[in-house]
Amino acid sequence: MGNYDIRNDLRYSKEDEWVRSEAKGVTIGISDYAQQQLGDVVFVELPEVGRILEKGEPLGVIESVKTVADLFAPISGEVLEANSGLGEGPEAINDDCYGEGWMLVLSVADASEVEALLDRAGYLQHIKDREDQGT
Amino acid sequence: MSNATRGIAYEEPLVFERSRPGRRGVGLPPLDVPEVDAETLLGEALRKEPATLPELSELDVVRHFTRLSTWNAAVDLGLYPLGSCTMKYNPKLNEQLARLPGLALAHPHTPAAEVQGLLELMHELEGQLASVSGMSRVSLQPAAGAQGELAGVMMIRAYHASRDDTRRRKVLIPDSAHGTNPASAALNGYDIVAVPSGDDGMLHPDAVEAAMDDEVAALMMTNPNTLGLFETHIGRICEIVHSGGGLVYGDGANLNALLGLSRPGDMGIDVMHFNLHKTFSTPHGGGGPGAGPVGVVEALEPFLPVPVVEQTEAGGFVWDEDRPQTIGRLHGNHGNVGMMVRAYAYILSLGADGLRRSAEMAVLNANYLLTRLQEHYHVPFPGRVMHECVLSDRGLAETGITTLDVAKRLIDHGYHPPTIYFPLIVAGALMIEPTETESREALDRFADTLIEIAREAHRDPEALRTAPQRTRLTRLDETRAARKPILRWQPQDAS
Repeated sequence: MGNYDIRNDLRYSKEDEWVRSEAKGVTIGISDYAQQQLGDVVFVELPEVGRILEKGEPLGVIESVKTVADLFAPISGEVLEANSGLGEGPEAINDDCYGEGWMLVLSVADASEVEALLDRAGYLQHIKDREDQGT
Repeated sequence: MSNATRGIAYEEPLVFERSRPGRRGVGLPPLDVPEVDAETLLGEALRKEPATLPELSELDVVRHFTRLSTWNAAVDLGLYPLGSCTMKYNPKLNEQLARLPGLALAHPHTPAAEVQGLLELMHELEGQLASVSGMSRVSLQPAAGAQGELAGVMMIRAYHASRDDTRRRKVLIPDSAHGTNPASAALNGYDIVAVPSGDDGMLHPDAVEAAMDDEVAALMMTNPNTLGLFETHIGRICEIVHSGGGLVYGDGANLNALLGLSRPGDMGIDVMHFNLHKTFSTPHGGGGPGAGPVGVVEALEPFLPVPVVEQTEAGGFVWDEDRPQTIGRLHGNHGNVGMMVRAYAYILSLGADGLRRSAEMAVLNANYLLTRLQEHYHVPFPGRVMHECVLSDRGLAETGITTLDVAKRLIDHGYHPPTIYFPLIVAGALMIEPTETESREALDRFADTLIEIAREAHRDPEALRTAPQRTRLTRLDETRAARKPILRWQPQDAS
């Protein structure tokens, strides 16, 4: 398995988004594993502030030199903020995926959805299972 | 081993940078007719300043474009193993026949009575495509594969609408599909539902059954799929979709592997497109001209795009536009007829046996390469393939070498790289399609090169990371090009 920076203070979706609980809601982005798999990110399309997302719904698109991938809502909620800095500087996702590379702040419609996300150990196991699958 | 040399490699600036004030390609004779005042003639439309066009001599222009042409990679220069794209050799006979004046110079608005031969050719080609695919009727109208796909899904929508079956808003698409499939369905207003492939890379009946309901308009699938695998469950899958009231769209992108061996119509496909360039050896061109005929089963015939070529009782050929349920016209005229002539020439010159042999050789060549390479590269879905094979960089992980590095290193050895990072369901995919025309010696040289590159990844990874080194330009900064693209030349003083 590769060397990935997966942090203890975050929750993770199976689609490789991280979720950080904060006073105003949750901040989300993509994990270090995801940014390493994608390679150099060149473009991100995020939803407008005010859009209501349902858990699992495609919320945007991330494009790297290798591929294009959908982003999925890790939980249900309203988009409170979107990181406009990623328009001009998508490299923040590669350089600092848990900091400057954040994507959205969402309100939390259902706290149990956050609870149901993977913790560090669970997410690392999920990565390992995928890598063992051989594809 | 390498078949590339540096040779005489020319640098060439942009045509604007070659420009010198006052330089001209032709000198015009003095005016010997009465001059008309341009301002009176054009008024406001008259340009106040000359356009900033490059000023060059004839030789400048000839050298510019000839030099650029030497930068091209082409199947006429070397093996072009671009998986999924099927870079077939284009026989020169096709070109010669397409240039016959009676075919090449026919105007699209020529009355049908004066181009009976061309209409007969189109009618026969429709019949040949129907017979190869097992479809009931074929339209040559779509101007490219993507438009054929769009037309196919439009017919599916028209079919359901004609039966007042308006609940169907979903289209099922396997996760290994070409990106055009979801695009065609979305353009028709459908929601896309991705169906996961099984661990063996194939679509399984239970996955389709789980996704199937009375809101599904169609399933779109490619057989062989983008992993080069024959979808062995296709018969059962078609039954499941049909019994749920849906139709099955067959993406004909990989039909070249099936010619004369099996037919989509017999598998249960209801509508499909053909890529004449991938299957019937018409040129890929620089993005065109394309031709993407679409074939349908009998129930969908009323919806075919117009016009269709019909044979009259007297034996002549006419354009028929009087089809009340048609999805309409796809463009102003009749598509890229020159491509139809080439495909027709290919089909007739090979004949039924030759077409089957082309498919057999394409499959043999892909399996030969896979067998030679499987000990040196990771094979995500082991087993026999059809016309192409997919490897990955997984076995090179410890060296830090990626698929991109392998592809770049191939350029140093004079090979156009295979398709990389597609299909998306394989991490680090390297997708190789040698096509049927490569000799065993050519395949061996290519396999030897890839094997040497895998060894080099362990011995001297830096050589791969900095590849290509023997080219006019070395490794380009693709990330910067994508993040900060310079899309056009700007005059210096405009900045």
